[in-house]
Amino acid sequence: MSQAELTAVPAPRTAPRALWAFGILRSELATTLRRWRTLALLGVLAAVPVLIGIAVRIETGDGSRGGPDGGGGPAFLSQVTNNGLFLVFAALSATLPVFLPMAVGVVAGDSVAGEASGGTLRYLLVAPAGRTRLLLVKYASVLVFCLVATLVVAASALAAGALLFPVGEVTTISGTRIGFGEGLLRAGLIAVAVAVSLTGFAALGLFISTLTDSGVAAMAATVGVLITAQILDTMPQLEGIHPYLFPHYWMSFTDLLRDPVHWDELTRNLGLQALYAAVFGSAAWARFTTKDVSV
Amino acid sequence: MTDTAAEAGETEAETGPVPGSVIETRGLTKRYRGGQLAVDGLDLAVPAGSVFGFLGPNGSGKTTTIRMLMGLIAPTSGTAHVLGCRMPAASRTVLPQVGALIEGPALYPFLTGRGNLVRFDSADPAADPRTRRARVENALDRVGLAAAAGKKARTYSLGMKQRLGLAAALLQPRGLLVLDEPTNGLDPQGMREIRSLVRDLAAEGTTVFLSSHLLDEIEQVCTHAAVMARGRLLVQGPVAELAAGARGRLAVTTPDPGDAARILAEHGATGLVTEGDRVSADAPPGGTEPADLNAALVRGGVRVRAFGIERASLEDAFVALTGEGFDVAG
Ligand SMILES: Nc1ncnc2c1ncn2[C@@H]1O[C@H](COP(=O)(O)OP(=O)(O)O)[C@@H](O)[C@H]1O
Ligand SMILES: [Mg+2]
Repeated sequence: MSQAELTAVPAPRTAPRALWAFGILRSELATTLRRWRTLALLGVLAAVPVLIGIAVRIETGDGSRGGPDGGGGPAFLSQVTNNGLFLVFAALSATLPVFLPMAVGVVAGDSVAGEASGGTLRYLLVAPAGRTRLLLVKYASVLVFCLVATLVVAASALAAGALLFPVGEVTTISGTRIGFGEGLLRAGLIAVAVAVSLTGFAALGLFISTLTDSGVAAMAATVGVLITAQILDTMPQLEGIHPYLFPHYWMSFTDLLRDPVHWDELTRNLGLQALYAAVFGSAAWARFTTKDVSV
Repeated sequence: MTDTAAEAGETEAETGPVPGSVIETRGLTKRYRGGQLAVDGLDLAVPAGSVFGFLGPNGSGKTTTIRMLMGLIAPTSGTAHVLGCRMPAASRTVLPQVGALIEGPALYPFLTGRGNLVRFDSADPAADPRTRRARVENALDRVGLAAAAGKKARTYSLGMKQRLGLAAALLQPRGLLVLDEPTNGLDPQGMREIRSLVRDLAAEGTTVFLSSHLLDEIEQVCTHAAVMARGRLLVQGPVAELAAGARGRLAVTTPDPGDAARILAEHGATGLVTEGDRVSADAPPGGTEPADLNAALVRGGVRVRAFGIERASLEDAFVALTGEGFDVAG
């Protein structure tokens, strides 16, 4: 070891140093994504589209494709039998209100508090990871999880849809028809839009995670906030505050299936998520950089 | 380490701590949010190259002091310098040169022993990723965990966890090792191994700051010691001086203990204890020659079988300082 270090020292230190800082991000991603708990969450998320697909397939097993469908259930469900690609949209509509954010809430809520309750936080800090750097890395890895979780749902839905149903041209919400390739592209955009929808909530979870030294408490509180916001968003008496609730524009991703795309609510969603990320990211930073780490 | 050392040097010039001290605190005080005064006006000076024992019963503020030294908690008042730099402001330059075991090991149970070390090494931005593997294997070797490195940390015994925690502290060549009760919960064999590791490290020139509530541990491995009780520093200095500072006990073995006790008392001896044919007392203060006391006993008709001064131990020093046994503080 000393040999290697001696040869490493005279090399220019500034350039590699900037890259060395990414070591902790890599470690954080590997630690988060390879955990059994994370894999279980992703497994559940991957199973949802498969179950929806099978249910739709059984329901319409007599071959009466696209029979009259009174609605109910997630959006796009009625089109799934005509085009398996719609299972992607149906599955994202089904998981976005609860399953996806709940998984994000678990990962975000546990991110700092879990390290605190395990005692590993003190060893990361004396390593020294640096409080700001550690918090940035934690948020970055939660964001990566948002994207991975969404892509898992989308990919599983695409695979199940292609296996169980025919695929082909897509009829947009506006009634126009677009090619399958274009449809796939829209599905990819929608997955990204859904992942972005979760970024504000992820920042909120990170903030809650800096408030307590108990991982379980932070996870529970984060998921509690999610459910509360969802309930408030359905109460007509509170219409005034609806535009400021982080889940309010979540379903705006469906506007990507219009022709032409309606950007209005999509950009509003983007702005709202950025606002949440800025406010709760700053709050998390203010809290974490001054916090007594005494466990 | 080269540029880190240079940065440390600059900070040193600005803040000007006493040279030769690896740890230096002035009036360091911590009151926890609950109102508990855990450390009270601590003035500590740890000389470079020493094995410094930080001794105190449970609850005396040792861990709290270490948390402040490592920048984990902010002092309520007072200052702390580590390796010449003010903490916690200089954490980024100081901490890569410090290995620490604070209040027991903490591991990721779902990672292997090796995975844990890789994680802690990655967290240090001063650690070159190209030599990470070598550092990790070296540290595992050093604590004798190479064979178990592939097992998940949740399967480790307490002793193995403690060693892995030590390995994390030894990932880099360190200028200072801070070990908070490193032998806690270990069996005697494990204790011996850790103590011998500490001696080896000290022999290599690393300053070791070792907290403990075990007197004999400090006596066995430390060159210097500080004694804490209820958050306050009672005394600090070289171990030999501390033990010498406590007066030894005068012990007389005689078939005439009653007469012996009377004569010793007449000559100003205090703290007399008679047990069977043995009379002991605090050794007389500086001016009195013990041989004169012996002569007085013989003149008084006491048949002296044995007469001597028993050397004071650190424990005597502690009891003399606190006026109480070495028990858990309230
Ligand atoms: N996180 C904390 N919050 C409040 N009080 C604490 C905390 N940690 C320790 N204390 C109190 O501070 C005092 C000193 O504790 P500590 O520094 O852990 O002592 P030691 O390490 O010498 O056993 C004790 O009375 C303890 O109860
Ligand atoms: Mg302690």
